[in-house]
Amino acid sequence: MSNNNVTRRGVLKSGTIAGAGLAVPTIFTASAARAYTNEPGAGSVKIGFNVPQTGPYAEEGLDELRAQELAVEHLNGMGDGGMLNTFSEKNLDGTGILGRKVEFVTGDTQTKSDVARASAQQMIEREGVIMVNGGSSSGVAVAVQALCQEAGIIFMAGLTHSNDTTGKDRKANGFRHFFNSYMSGAALAPVLKNAYGDQRRAYHLTADYNWGYTTQEAVQTSTEAMGWETVETVLTPVGAGDFNSYITPVLNSGADVLVLNHYGGDMVNSLTQAIQAGIRDRVVDGTQMEIVVPLYSELMAAGAGQNIQGILGSMNWNWQLEDAGTAAFTKSFGEKYGRPPSNAAHTCYVQTLLYADAVTRAGTFDPCGVAEALEDFEFDGMGNGPTTYRGADHQCFKDVLVVKGKENPSNQYDTLEIVEVTPRAQVEYAPDHPSFGGADATLGECNSGA
Amino acid sequence: MEEIIQQVVNGLDRGSAYALIALGLTLIFGTLGVVNFAHGALFMIGAFVAVLMSDVLGDIREIGSADDFFKLVQVVEDPTQTDFLGRPLAVETSYWVIWFGESFGNWLSDWAVPIAVLVSIPIMIFIGWAMERGLIRHFYHRPHADQILVTFGLAIVLGDLIRAMYGANPIQTPMPDALNGPVDLGVYLGYEASTITYSAWRIVYFFFSMFIIAGVFAFLQFTTFGMVVRAGMADRETVGLLGIDINRYFTMMFGLAAAVAGVAGVMFAPIQAPSYNLGMEYLVPCFVVVVVGGMGSLGGAVLAGFLLGIVQSFASLPTWKNNLVEWLGLDDSNLIANLIIGVDQIAIYLIAIIILLTRPRGLMGRKGVMED
Repeated sequence: MSNNNVTRRGVLKSGTIAGAGLAVPTIFTASAARAYTNEPGAGSVKIGFNVPQTGPYAEEGLDELRAQELAVEHLNGMGDGGMLNTFSEKNLDGTGILGRKVEFVTGDTQTKSDVARASAQQMIEREGVIMVNGGSSSGVAVAVQALCQEAGIIFMAGLTHSNDTTGKDRKANGFRHFFNSYMSGAALAPVLKNAYGDQRRAYHLTADYNWGYTTQEAVQTSTEAMGWETVETVLTPVGAGDFNSYITPVLNSGADVLVLNHYGGDMVNSLTQAIQAGIRDRVVDGTQMEIVVPLYSELMAAGAGQNIQGILGSMNWNWQLEDAGTAAFTKSFGEKYGRPPSNAAHTCYVQTLLYADAVTRAGTFDPCGVAEALEDFEFDGMGNGPTTYRGADHQCFKDVLVVKGKENPSNQYDTLEIVEVTPRAQVEYAPDHPSFGGADATLGECNSGA
Repeated sequence: MEEIIQQVVNGLDRGSAYALIALGLTLIFGTLGVVNFAHGALFMIGAFVAVLMSDVLGDIREIGSADDFFKLVQVVEDPTQTDFLGRPLAVETSYWVIWFGESFGNWLSDWAVPIAVLVSIPIMIFIGWAMERGLIRHFYHRPHADQILVTFGLAIVLGDLIRAMYGANPIQTPMPDALNGPVDLGVYLGYEASTITYSAWRIVYFFFSMFIIAGVFAFLQFTTFGMVVRAGMADRETVGLLGIDINRYFTMMFGLAAAVAGVAGVMFAPIQAPSYNLGMEYLVPCFVVVVVGGMGSLGGAVLAGFLLGIVQSFASLPTWKNNLVEWLGLDDSNLIANLIIGVDQIAIYLIAIIILLTRPRGLMGRKGVMED
C-alpha cells in the first residue's frame, strides 16, 4: 500500500505556482520583444524590398531591386559607397545600420494591391523585416502603407506619384521621397505655356484609377490657371492595350493638345497609337496639335522608342543631372549593371539610405523614433538638390525635372533630355491643400507595434 | 457625322483583330472540339516573331530595346562618342547594310514586319503542330474544364518563356516608314482635307485580315482538303468510316489556326508594342466574340468580331454619352451618369448578355454544339 498523499487540490495549487513561475521569464521576454515590431538582434537587421517582379511593371520593379541591392552593398561597406560619399549627413560608415549587418528579403507585388499586401505581411510576420521599401504603383503604395501602419513598421514608398499617398491616405509610418501629381502639374504648366502658348484646348485621356485621377486634376488645374481650356476628359481602362477608339474622337474634338495621363505599358501603347493616328500631324485652326505625357520614366521612354521625340513630361530625377550625387550613383549602378538607373531605382536607393541614416541619428530601430528623425529632415547630395522630408505629411520637397523626348538619340539609353529643373519653391503646397485631403487629412499616430 | 464615320472605321479595324483571333479559336473548337485558352498566346508569339525579325534584319530604329535576341548587327566601339559612363560608345550597324549596301539593307530592316508575316507562317504551323501533337491531343476525350485548365496553363508558361527571353517591357516594332502616319480618308468621301484621317497601318491591317478571312473560307469551301474538314466538323465518325484519317486533317487545321493567330499577331505588333501578356489581353474579348458568334461557327465568329468591334468603338465615343447624361439631367456624381460614361468598359459584355438571352446559341450557332 502506498503512502501517497497527493490530492486534486494539491496538484492544482502546485501546478498554478509552477506555471506562474515558468511564465514570469516568458512574460518579461515577451515584453522586451514587443518594445516594437521585429526589434532586430545584435548581429543583423533585415529589410524588405516589395517590388513588382512579374506583371506589367516588372521591368521597373527589377530596376528598383537592383538599386536596393546596391544600397545594401553600400551600407555594408562593399562597392564604392555610391551616394554615401555625397550625402550631406555622414552618419553611415559602411558598417551596416547601428553596427548590424543589413540583410534583405524580396517580395513580388505583381502591381496588385492585394498581392502586395500579402507579400508585405509575409515579410513582416515570417521574415521579421524592420522596414518595407519599393513598389511601382500608387494603388499598391496606399495599400502597403496602411498595412505597415497597422503592423508598426516603417514604409519607405518607391515609385508612387498619386497625391493620395501623402494626401488623403497619408500615414504616420509612411514616407514618400518620389514627387507627386500636383508637383508635375505645377512644374509642367509654365513650360507648356512657353512651348505652346496660353490659348490651348486640352483633351485628357486618363487611366481609370487613383493615380490617373489626381494627375489629370493636377494638370487640368494648372493649365486652366494659365488660360488653357479643357475640352474633354475621358477615363480609359488600365491595360486596355488598344486605345485607338479613345484616340480617334480627339481628332475632331477641336482640341489641340492631347494629355496622356497614362503610365507604363499603357503610356507606351497610347502614345504610339496617337502618333500613328496622326495627332502630331494635325493642325487645328492653324495650331499644330501636341501631346503631353505628365509622368515620364526612362523605361517607358525606352518602350515608346522614337514616338516620344519632342514630347514634354516630368520626372523625379534623371541620371543625366550633373550634380555629384547623381554622378556617384550612376557610376556605381552603371558599373554593376551595365545600364543607367531609372528614376524608380533612384528613389528606392535613396529611401533605403535615408532610412538607415534616420535609424542612426535616432539611435534606435523603433519606428516612432525613426519617423521623428525623418520628419522635417533636411538633406542634400542625393541627386535632387536641397531636400526636406516635410513632417506634416511625410512628403519630400525638392526640385522637379521637366524633360522632353530626345530628337536625335545617340544610343539606346539616350532617350530623354532635361528641359528645365523646376525649383522646389514652385511646386510646394500647404499640407491641408484640397487636392491632398484638405483639413481632414491626418497622419494619425505613429505605431511602433508595441 | 465625321465622328461617326471615324468610329465606324475604328470599329471595323478593331473588329478585324477580334475576328482573326476568334476565327482561329473557332477553327480549333469546330474541328477538334477543344476550347483552346492558349490561342491568345499564339497571337502573342506571332507578335514576337515580328520582334525577332526586326532584330534579325537589324532594325536599329528600336532605340531603347535592350532585348536584342539574334540581332544581326556589327558592334564597333567609336572613341569619338561616349556612353553614359564616359566610355567609348558601342555603335551598331546592321550586317545587312554591310553585306548588301545601305539602300537594300535599310529597306530590309524597314520592311521587317511584312517580311515577318511570311516567316511566321511556317514557324506558327510548326508551333501549332507541336502543341497539338505534344499536349492537346491527350485531352480530346477529357471534359472541357480539363481542356481549359491545361491550355490556360500552357498560355501562362508560353507567356513566361517570352518574358524570360525578352523581359516584361513592351518592345516597339515599327511598321515600314511608308505606312507610318495617317491617311486622309475624308477626301475620298467628299470631305475637306484632314477632316477624316486614319492610321495607314490600321487600314492595311483591316484589308490584310479581310484577305486572310477570305482565304480561310475559300480554302475550306473550294478545296478537297477543306471539304473533308467541313465533313469532319459535321460528322466526324462517318468521315472516319469512309477510311479518311480525319485526325491528320484536324492536326493540320490546328496548325492553320495557329498560323492565322500568328500572322494576326505579326501585323498587330506595330499597333500595340508586343509584351508577354499581349495574348491574355485579347483572349477574353475573343472568347466573348466566339460565344456571341455561336460556338463552332466560322461565319458567326467573323460577324461577331466586327459587331463587337463597332460596339466597343461607339461605346468609347464621349459625345453621345455626355449628351445622354445632359438630356437625362443627371449630375456628374450620379451612379447612372457614371455607368453611362463608363459603358465602354463593359459594352461588349452587355451586348453578349443581350444576344445570349435572345439567341442562346449565339448569332449563328448550331444546335447540339457544346450542349451535352
